[in-house]
Amino acid sequence: MEFVKAFLVGGAICAVVQVVMDNTKLMPGRIMVLLVVIGSILGALGIYQPFSDWAGAGATVPLLGFGNSLWKGVLKSMGEDGFLGVFKGGFTASAVGISGALIFGYLGSIIFKPKMKS
Amino acid sequence: MEVNKKAYEAYVKEVTPVNKKLPNIIKAFLVGGIICTIGQICTTLIMNQGVEKDTASAWTTLILIAASVILTGLNIYPKITKFGGAGALVPITGFANSVVAPAVEFKAEGQVFGIGCKIFTIAGPVILYGILSSWILGVIAYVLKAFGIV
Repeated sequence: MEFVKAFLVGGAICAVVQVVMDNTKLMPGRIMVLLVVIGSILGALGIYQPFSDWAGAGATVPLLGFGNSLWKGVLKSMGEDGFLGVFKGGFTASAVGISGALIFGYLGSIIFKPKMKS
Repeated sequence: MEVNKKAYEAYVKEVTPVNKKLPNIIKAFLVGGIICTIGQICTTLIMNQGVEKDTASAWTTLILIAASVILTGLNIYPKITKFGGAGALVPITGFANSVVAPAVEFKAEGQVFGIGCKIFTIAGPVILYGILSSWILGVIAYVLKAFGIV
């Protein structure tokens, strides 16, 4: 059941973004920025976490989930460190994703050769 | 001739978007759905080892990023993107792809100005606006809490 939910919810989010892309011609970079920002806003409004608990990877794998985890980090750090936590939580929560992407990305750029565009 | 031209234009307008958009949406749904299902399989398998949900999600993120980097390097992920559109862009694998792809492409320009700069082409804006928006929301929440509103 959790796999079906992940498939349907993840697929639905991507389908909605496809509709937006086809109708606005927004570039991929802008789409990614928008998704992360919308994710953190939905997180702050208290909408994304319950949705994410229900949908599992269907909600955490899309970049909306990345935005939500940024907000979760800010909220958690704020509880521990007060106002300083607002500056701390975002990077703490996204550390694995950002470090992973940069480190594997760097290693990838060393290992792989650029391909000719067909 | 004039009538024919107008009729043809109307025909093109009528046929092109409709024929292109629906398959695009279905393909995005399938590819996005499959990537999220793979993510769920990873999360479930890791949680079965007695790992907490948030930790399992972090491991899943790491696995998906590594897989995406390898598939990008082997020139497979660009094909998935070409087919799946938003389905390949929206998941965290699309973010990983956007980090490694320019780094590989511009490696000839050197460690600093090639890989170092280009690795942040998409990651830079995503990290900046992600951190900024969550900070703004955090400040709002902090102020609301201080005044006892929330």
